[in-house]
Amino acid sequence: MSTYIHKKKGPSFSSTILLFTIIFLFIPLFVVTFFSLNSSKGMQWEGASLIWYKKLIFDSPSLWTAFRNSLIIALSSSATAVVLGSLAAVGIKWYRFKGKSYITTVSYLPMVLPEVIIGISMLIFFSAVKIRLGMFTIYVAHTTFNLPFVFMLVTARLDEFDYSTVEAARDLGANERQTLTRVIIPSIIPAVLSGFLMCITMSLEDFVITFFVSGPGSGTLPLYVYSMIRYGVSPVINALSFVMILGTMLIAFSFRRFLKVVAASS
Amino acid sequence: MKRPLNPRTREQLLGSLYGWPMGGWFTLFFTVPLAIIILYSFMKRGLYGGVEFTLTLNAYREMVNPSFAMVLVRTIWISVTATVLCLLIALPCAYAMARSKHQTLLLFLIIIPFWTNSLIRIYAWIFILSTEGLINSILIKIGLIDEGLKLIYNNGAVILVLVYMYLPFAILPLFTTIDKFDFSLLDAARDLGADKFTSLRKVMLPNIKSGVSTAFIFTFIPIFGAYTVPLLVGGKDSTMIGNIIVDQVSKTRNWPLASAFSMILTLVSLIGVFWMLYTGKREEQMKKDGPKRTPQALESTVKAHHRAASKGAR
Repeated sequence: MSTYIHKKKGPSFSSTILLFTIIFLFIPLFVVTFFSLNSSKGMQWEGASLIWYKKLIFDSPSLWTAFRNSLIIALSSSATAVVLGSLAAVGIKWYRFKGKSYITTVSYLPMVLPEVIIGISMLIFFSAVKIRLGMFTIYVAHTTFNLPFVFMLVTARLDEFDYSTVEAARDLGANERQTLTRVIIPSIIPAVLSGFLMCITMSLEDFVITFFVSGPGSGTLPLYVYSMIRYGVSPVINALSFVMILGTMLIAFSFRRFLKVVAASS
Repeated sequence: MKRPLNPRTREQLLGSLYGWPMGGWFTLFFTVPLAIIILYSFMKRGLYGGVEFTLTLNAYREMVNPSFAMVLVRTIWISVTATVLCLLIALPCAYAMARSKHQTLLLFLIIIPFWTNSLIRIYAWIFILSTEGLINSILIKIGLIDEGLKLIYNNGAVILVLVYMYLPFAILPLFTTIDKFDFSLLDAARDLGADKFTSLRKVMLPNIKSGVSTAFIFTFIPIFGAYTVPLLVGGKDSTMIGNIIVDQVSKTRNWPLASAFSMILTLVSLIGVFWMLYTGKREEQMKKDGPKRTPQALESTVKAHHRAASKGAR
């Protein structure tokens, strides 16, 4: 898969490294996928079968609860983050007001601090104010780590946006609400949508922070995977892995137009 | 209609209306929790978890303890090794991606493993490395070894899996920076007689410095705070700071000590971030000053050049 055609013959040093890196990144994913189709439990290949997928789908009721919890939290936290983050991006980009630099700073920090810190501080906070751990606390935590990404993506979009269109709308008699709904929102909608998808991805992915703030009965999909991994290697996890890899590919594919923006912001 | 507001008040009002919902959310769920941790690290440990509200430095004193110092040293060397490996692999990768005609496809290929659930990726490595795992069963089958090698539950496995997990964190920002680089400068350097390596080092590297420091920080911070990787593929001697914090919270229920360790992690991360912002700003400043050709800008460019030259000579 030589990707960069060098003037000399043969692939260049850097594209060789890139090729090996991509192979390295994909080997584990291929291995689990391959063995999810193995009819035996061990490492011996004993013919292809779908029994582990059958087990995964029909024999794992707690998986489905976890999946439902994950979806509820991903959708609700992403929706909250998208609304709050986009509004804030507009406000910070175009207006001067008290607390502006404070908000800019705190919107940056959750993205750069280690997840363990975010998780621990939230756990300690929730128990200090006596909020019971459960779906609500997970929702709060996910919204908090999702917000910075929406804020950043929308800010990046607004950087390219020509403010004179807003002034033109005002000159033509639009009030603040009309300017927002007819001029600003339509132009930032691509960034908002990619922010929303990114939030969903990160929310479905998160383990460390959720681990701290989840309570009994509120386990998400990654927590379910964690509890399975602790029991050791099993072909059912292989099957689940492939399903999740497939899901990731679908989400990444829906991002194909924004991949560069995503790369710049992660 | 209502009386029109004066423009300054109006701006203040609208800005707050847009900005403070998020500002308030972060204050309540980020700033306050962080402040509580800072506060708790100076408190006395409660009998059944929690804290007693008496100021003390006990938690910080407890940290000065040979076994914790070992963990700190180990966390540093593991994170530095893994981060440097990530950067060394990521630089040529990002360069090749930036020069490629198939950027979208390559980004796609980097992002898929990156977005796949982290536990699934760790699990895949357990599957490959464990004593009855893939590598060992292949080696036994072809008769190279009689019993499984210990490939997992040691620091080597931790570093391998950390590099695997965080490589995209290094590749993506480097790619973004190198992609903006004007490659014709390299050709110019080659025309003027520099060999390939020299032109990369002297022409490209200074231009992508901020990308390199961003990649370093974005890789180093999560690795430094790693929790799941040392827990799942590390051995008894692979504990990192993240594991200690979690143990102190969930098992020992020593909240002040957990908070004090969290303070270290937070401080290290913040220093890293400010260093990154500083290099980014300085580079921007230099780029801004460049085309203006003011005497000051020229002077600073010349000085920077001399500094670089003298560093190179040493």
